[in-house]
Amino acid sequence: MQPPAEHVHWLFATGVLLLGLCLLAEGVVGTEIWRRRAWRAYLWPGLAFTLGVLMWPVMTFYTNSTIHMLAHGAWAEMLMLAGAVELALVRGKLHSQAWRLTMAAALVVSGLAFLVHEQNSWFFQRSSFLHHLMGWTLLFAAVFPLVRSVRPRSQTAVIGFALTFVVIAVFLYCDRDVAPVFGHISPLAGAPHR
Amino acid sequence: MNAELVSELEVPRQRTARARVVSAVGPLTALAGAIWAIAQPYRLTVLHPHGQGFWWLFVEPPLLVIAVGLFFYFAVVPGLLDDLEDARAASR
Repeated sequence: MQPPAEHVHWLFATGVLLLGLCLLAEGVVGTEIWRRRAWRAYLWPGLAFTLGVLMWPVMTFYTNSTIHMLAHGAWAEMLMLAGAVELALVRGKLHSQAWRLTMAAALVVSGLAFLVHEQNSWFFQRSSFLHHLMGWTLLFAAVFPLVRSVRPRSQTAVIGFALTFVVIAVFLYCDRDVAPVFGHISPLAGAPHR
Repeated sequence: MNAELVSELEVPRQRTARARVVSAVGPLTALAGAIWAIAQPYRLTVLHPHGQGFWWLFVEPPLLVIAVGLFFYFAVVPGLLDDLEDARAASR
């Protein structure tokens, strides 16, 4: 009854896409208007925290090597930490904008986890390609929350941060268990299916 | 009959650029999902359900994208547009 690994990626992609759309809407209308309704203010931080919680069963049931397990554990911790800090900022338990650096740290750690745990080259197969791509995307995208913590009104930082999640969702939707990438697949990767 | 009320109702609601962008996000997302479904119909196992397991029928990425777009449009956007309009009215 356990879903195949690629289905788990797609389910997470759905959560990340919703997270990205909420961030995008907040960026467009402004934080003040976005937070006028309490449920909306807590929506995306709560979603990030929930995705972090859900990452733990993925770590437990889907990882087949130590480094793979550590990477999923790092994503779980970072998602929960970033979500919790944003929840505390919304709630007013935390005040300093410097706490937003947590999100930048989360993206850096998540990106590094992608790059470190992928042992194969870019064109080994699609998931290898996507791991490299997501790793570098997250590393570069960490600049958005970094700028946001210094200049909270920077529209470029807010929209860039939101689009990062939309792009990550697209990459996660592209994931397959074994599939070629741009026509390349290593014979060592196994037989592609679907 | 309150003529003033009628004239208020007939006045088309002028939307700001921000309101238009926010209103477009959900439909554009759903449209992307629909285009994906048309481009890769084999991703929709519901079209050929025979012999498919639960997860292959439950998790269909193009439908998930459409669902996110619709959820966003119907659950998040209406309240957001109201608040945007209230803020605009208050600033006048």
